[in-house]
Amino acid sequence: MTAHAPEVIAQHQLTADEYRKIVAILGREPSYTELGIFSVMWSEHCSYKSSRLHLKKLPTRGRLVVQGPGENAGIIDIGGGYVIAFKIESHNHPSFIEPFQGAATGVGGILRDIFTMGARPIAVLDSLRFGRLDDPKTGARNRRILGGVVAGIAHYGNCFGVPTVGGECIFEPCYDGNPLVNVFALGICKKEEVFYAKAAGEGNPVIYVGARTGRDGIHGASMASAEFTDEAKQKRPNVQVGDPFMEKLLLEACLEAMRTGAIVGIQDMGAAGLTCSTCEMGSRGEVGIEIELDRVPQRETGMTPYEIMLSESQERMLLVAEKGREEEVYRVFRKWGLEAAEIGVVTEDGKLRVRHHGVVVAEIPNRELADEAPLYDRPHTHPPRAGLIPDLPVSKVQRTLPTLLSSLDICSKRWIWEQYDYQVRTNTVAGPERTDAAIVRIKETGTSIAISLDGNGRYSFLSPREGAKLAVAECCRNLSTVGARPVAATNCLNFGNPERPEIMAQLVEAIEGMAEACAFFDTPITGGNVSLYNETLGEGIYPTPVLGIVGTLKTAEPVTIPFKNTGRAVILLGGIGECDDTRFGGTQYAKEIVKQLWGLPPALDLEREKRVQFAMRKIIAEGLAESAHDLSDGGLAVALAECSFGPNEIGALIDVDSDLRPEMLAFHEAPSRILISTEFPKKVAAIAEKYEIEAPVVGVTIEKGIEIRQRTITLGAWEIGALKTAYAQAFESHVR
Amino acid sequence: MKFGVIVFPGSNCDHDAFYAVTTNLGQKAEYIWHDSPSLGDVDAVILPGGFAYGDYLRCGAIARFSPVMGAVGKFAAAGGLVMGFCNGFQILVEAGLLPGALIRNRGLKFVCREVRLRTETVHSPFTNAAQEGQILRLPIAHGEGCYFADGRTLDELDAEDRVLFRYMGNPNGSLGDIAGILNRERNVMGMMPHPERASDPLMGSTDGLTIFQSVLHAVVRA
Repeated sequence: MTAHAPEVIAQHQLTADEYRKIVAILGREPSYTELGIFSVMWSEHCSYKSSRLHLKKLPTRGRLVVQGPGENAGIIDIGGGYVIAFKIESHNHPSFIEPFQGAATGVGGILRDIFTMGARPIAVLDSLRFGRLDDPKTGARNRRILGGVVAGIAHYGNCFGVPTVGGECIFEPCYDGNPLVNVFALGICKKEEVFYAKAAGEGNPVIYVGARTGRDGIHGASMASAEFTDEAKQKRPNVQVGDPFMEKLLLEACLEAMRTGAIVGIQDMGAAGLTCSTCEMGSRGEVGIEIELDRVPQRETGMTPYEIMLSESQERMLLVAEKGREEEVYRVFRKWGLEAAEIGVVTEDGKLRVRHHGVVVAEIPNRELADEAPLYDRPHTHPPRAGLIPDLPVSKVQRTLPTLLSSLDICSKRWIWEQYDYQVRTNTVAGPERTDAAIVRIKETGTSIAISLDGNGRYSFLSPREGAKLAVAECCRNLSTVGARPVAATNCLNFGNPERPEIMAQLVEAIEGMAEACAFFDTPITGGNVSLYNETLGEGIYPTPVLGIVGTLKTAEPVTIPFKNTGRAVILLGGIGECDDTRFGGTQYAKEIVKQLWGLPPALDLEREKRVQFAMRKIIAEGLAESAHDLSDGGLAVALAECSFGPNEIGALIDVDSDLRPEMLAFHEAPSRILISTEFPKKVAAIAEKYEIEAPVVGVTIEKGIEIRQRTITLGAWEIGALKTAYAQAFESHVR
Repeated sequence: MKFGVIVFPGSNCDHDAFYAVTTNLGQKAEYIWHDSPSLGDVDAVILPGGFAYGDYLRCGAIARFSPVMGAVGKFAAAGGLVMGFCNGFQILVEAGLLPGALIRNRGLKFVCREVRLRTETVHSPFTNAAQEGQILRLPIAHGEGCYFADGRTLDELDAEDRVLFRYMGNPNGSLGDIAGILNRERNVMGMMPHPERASDPLMGSTDGLTIFQSVLHAVVRA
């Protein structure tokens, strides 16, 4: 074989060095098909070549961890003989090019990752970032992307039958040309029925199940590993089309087939399709796999080996069955009306051998292909710094609160989550906007799981290290607010171009911050996803590490956000907290009122955060809290308003003893603070004292209205009805 | 008594209906696969929610051709109690066991929320445990739940006391605020809201149990 032209190699996004490594591995020049196979497996998306060195810093082990990173999803033991499988994944690039299908297939991909482990998906959450909706130039497009993404998630999740129980949605100019669509899924499985994506047993048949292979999504993984240019629209054929009905059949059929005991290993065909599933299963099992492409069910005629191997057609699974028991597997798939075909066999030589019309078109050692991708220690300098503290205008708390409540980031996202079926499977104890963390019960064990997703691009831009720590702390605090103990985490790292040293610095610092906080809260990272090159025309996004953390709790009526009764003590667990002009620059106040970003994110004291969370869980366990809501975007005033938006519209009169400027007192975003209402303030105070945290009684719940005072001076007083209307209806007016 | 829960490819509320009538109501139940030619010895049958066959053509348009629908038709003709919730309602309408059609929501979006329903008749095997005019809190979750029928059919439903529930605050544009109806013989019902999702205190409402208890009364009395 002759050497490929440099431009062909470049088109495959391989460097000259990488190409030389391929030649060294093969001991010859690669065929065109082999070049394609290497290009997808060694793409950033599949190989994590820029991030892997640093991902090693993350804590991945723990008492409850059954499976850490490296499989399709992480697995945690929840007791009672059951485990949960969960992971978060991005589908940013496809969602920009084709929002509906991009988001839909994002959901499809993560669901397959869960049920390929033998777990039935029981919850989905999504973390979304979009550009400005009101920008004269990009607003119309951003609204179309938002509408398409939400409809796509709804289309896939609703039909598949998994509830979308929560998430977050933020808007910033930096996501104008690069929206983020991160989808988290969680499933449940008996401990002894977990399946792994590992091939084994020489002579065992390799079976292909599900949708036929077409020309869609070829090079999707490589697309997700490059910046966007004006030619992005030409990449539309790279986006796949999802079929949630087919996926639902695959789920039921795979779980049923697994119960036959005839399946040795199984993996979905996601990014890099047939290529990835064959070589990864082979590599994990330290065996070879030989397939004949003529036997691969195909949707189109005349497909080349290159196209078949690189297609990312959706809703396909690859499994290895025990030789002689194939019929048991086929019987299940026939019942569900699914096509299953034996396309190859497990061999002992450790090679991926691909035949087409009987002729070998690729022969590559699995381990080198799957695990020996080049690793880069890319240069990293310092993250870009934000501007200095601007002149801060005086802004009345009275007028500012309604403005913040009707801002896009803070207002109710009902318009989004009502399009999702958040109840199917009848496990949703607390769905969207009822509590700080979503809660799903596990019927099989009688316990529940709480889930929180969080990421803050503004904080992370100001300090990637602190931003990542704050996201971990916020997730854990959200879980604690519903009484759940955080047990494990998954992450989705959305960053710009890692070949730029200042972007690489953001990535490195964020990972290190996350590692520190996850170790501190004892929430090991069990898997996740890295999405780099989130840039369009050279404009990078804010570094956006998104955390998904799960916690365990007993099944019970949840402690929700709204105040329930009048005359209850309102306690600010953790105290009013500290802030100064520098630490005020990442807040929603800075964004919506000052319209700038400066300084540093809020200061986080991990020790104190942990004590607040311990105290909170104790308060819930003893049944002392009637309502609970943590302070985050928009600070104390916004949290107080949200607590007043319950069906009974019970408000509160609070009076805070603090030296902070009024607007800082009302809107600063220091972490480690939770607002609760209680009938038993003395008992709460005793718990707070035990954990050595401040817990001032700041006020009392009242029948009508909200009022905030600072040392008896009124900063603002509002009718609940008007605020609630602004909060509830703002989103719809923005999307129109 | 024993409920049969039909499973079409793409049904996704089958487990929920099963759980509601077994764990929450305390009765027996079994799944019936869509290609089954008979319903066995069940006393009442539930067509659950979901997206049978993906609902790519028209909701319920393919499912009505499933072999089991012949058995459901015979069971209904013999006076057996048949319930269709959400997608199940859509299938019963497509199968001609109930009149009218379910079309795209007026807002053109999928809607998942709790609604309030007024019980319009207690003279049915599905509402005999309810009070006249009782308000039930049940969730809806559908994209195509707008009930539509010609004027004569709507008049007939009214005249024959065959409207089971009406929405208080119409979420989808249904004519006459109709949320659930009966066939002429009053043994087949369809409704868009999900009683199986409101049968457990943890899910926020147990009003759905009223419907299952009514069926239990009707069967035990018979």
